[in-house]
Amino acid sequence: MDFVQILSNTLAQILAPTTLGFVLAAIGLSVHFGFAGLLNMGVAGFMAIGAYGFAISILSFGVSWPLAVLIGLVAAVLFALVMGIPTLRLRGDYLAIVTIAAAEVVRLLFLTSAFRNQTGSADGLSGFQAGFRASNPLPPGKWGFGPWTYQSDQWWVIIVGTITIAIALVVVWMLMRSPWGRVIRGIREDEDAVRSLGKNVYAFKMQALIVGGVIIAAGGIITAMGTNVNPNVYVTSQTFYVWTALLLGGAATIFGPVLGAILFWMVRAFLSSLLPALVKIGWLPFLSAEQSQMLVFVLVGVALMLLVIFRPQGLLGSKKELTFVR
Amino acid sequence: MSADVSPPTPRPKATGLHKPDASGEIRPGIAKVDPIIVIDGVRRVFGGLTAVDVEHLEIPRNAITALIGPNGAGKTTLFNLLTGFDKPNAGTWSFDGTSLSGIPAYKTARMGQVRTFQLTKSLGLLTVLENMKLGAPHQSGERIWAGILPFLWRKQEEGIEEKARGLLARFKLDAKEDDFAASLSGGQRKLLEMARALMSDPTLVMLDEPMAGVNPALTQSLLDHILDLKDLGMTVVFVEHDMHMVRHIADWVVVMAEGKVVAEGPPDAVMKQQAVIDAYLGAHQDVDLGVVTGRYEGEMTAEAQELIETANELSEAIEADAEAHGDEPEQTRPEQARPEQTEGEK
Repeated sequence: MDFVQILSNTLAQILAPTTLGFVLAAIGLSVHFGFAGLLNMGVAGFMAIGAYGFAISILSFGVSWPLAVLIGLVAAVLFALVMGIPTLRLRGDYLAIVTIAAAEVVRLLFLTSAFRNQTGSADGLSGFQAGFRASNPLPPGKWGFGPWTYQSDQWWVIIVGTITIAIALVVVWMLMRSPWGRVIRGIREDEDAVRSLGKNVYAFKMQALIVGGVIIAAGGIITAMGTNVNPNVYVTSQTFYVWTALLLGGAATIFGPVLGAILFWMVRAFLSSLLPALVKIGWLPFLSAEQSQMLVFVLVGVALMLLVIFRPQGLLGSKKELTFVR
Repeated sequence: MSADVSPPTPRPKATGLHKPDASGEIRPGIAKVDPIIVIDGVRRVFGGLTAVDVEHLEIPRNAITALIGPNGAGKTTLFNLLTGFDKPNAGTWSFDGTSLSGIPAYKTARMGQVRTFQLTKSLGLLTVLENMKLGAPHQSGERIWAGILPFLWRKQEEGIEEKARGLLARFKLDAKEDDFAASLSGGQRKLLEMARALMSDPTLVMLDEPMAGVNPALTQSLLDHILDLKDLGMTVVFVEHDMHMVRHIADWVVVMAEGKVVAEGPPDAVMKQQAVIDAYLGAHQDVDLGVVTGRYEGEMTAEAQELIETANELSEAIEADAEAHGDEPEQTRPEQARPEQTEGEK
């Protein structure tokens, strides 16, 4: 068993584009759920909208990549409006139902062969990164240190992704310490009380849904910049991974989603390398190598349960809050 | 409270609130000299149940109006209708001369009509100070774009904070300002909710059972706060079940039963009306239950005697009935004859 290789794989995961996209998705979800109390179960839908908006704009309409990013984000705003207008006046659970359904609708629309020319159907889209890579100012070649050795193009994704994460964090932090954030957190606690104080709760919830949705879509775009776009990525389980990452870090915290998403991917990468290795040396005789990959997700599920039961405020959540969890 | 604190000076009640009509009687729906709320034909039906059916009602300005009535009389529903939290099936009503029909709750609040809730709605995971600041109206920092730029709202925020601290001191919550509202006791939450409502300098304060579940010492201070509101020029409408409280602080009492206004008038006059006694107070409202149940030595008034006789007759009748059917005689206790005590209603 090659422990160095397993460790290297795990550490390399920290800066992988998928992880960076995941971090952004978790930050967006923290705005939705952690701060505004909106039960968004359609995280994958928002990510797909961002990724496909970005890819289709480049491939079908030939726009430059910054404009394509903008189109992806605007598409997320529209998606938030479409879901929010009918449901935000209702009780929170309805948003959960509608978002989970809407995310599936979005995925199936991208999967159907009716729009094969635009969406690539089940094959997904690729070859749209040329413009983005052309804008790469970094020297070509493969460089880095230790486990973090990547191609120049991948470094460019990492830099853009990290900057986006930093911007998202600053914006969320500034918003949540402002009077706007106070209203949003008030809505999480009790909508009617906030309404009775003269605040247009519906408008605030809509704004929170849009802000979080745009950040999640940015996560989808960053992921797309590093890899191809494939409809099978944006399945419902993707949504639950983001939820796991968020709850792991701490829902109502600024850095919780960052820590949670990175830890989630590290643990996942670690187990995905470790378990097959253990099977190979015969420590897990009851499993085949393929089954051990499935066991990773079983363990992730168990971890989520334990987390919610024993540390519902997450790793970075304050203990004081836990005392009053209803 | 220490012994050397003098009791609060009694404050004069507002009188002459209504326009006397030809008969000289005060009928439900009588016109007021200066009404702040005028309700016309407001009806709210839940399925087959008419929860509220008010033909005409005027609430006098700068006075304390108590809304009383048995459970299910429609008091809270009327509150919800007036504040836009619920929509009536028919009817119109106006606040300060502006029609409020179809206006959403947050807009009625902005017009200066704030409310509290029967089940206290403090925002648990916000600190007490944040709860207060949330109550301030017209905050520029609540616009999302301005929110990211602190220099646009910092100055206003300081003003709001000062005002919030002032109010917290008045309500003796200033020591708690950094605590989560969830850590407050039930009574303190009531105080916080009332203080928060005052952050917007309202013209009309609507309190839904402000005293429910509050201990007697705190009740006294809550009462003083309510009386203070009137001195500050606000109009107060409140729902309450404790008749002593209503007598003490209300300038005007509106009695509801089965969705309708059955009586109104100054507290002492209203409580003598037969309709009110039948609908709400009960015939035995002055009887000390401790005496009746024999748990407490006290003067056995004629009314108490009468109540015990009724209770005995009732239990004998039940026993006789049970024997006639050959069943085990059920043990009856005098409590069963207690007049209906009304606590919280939903």
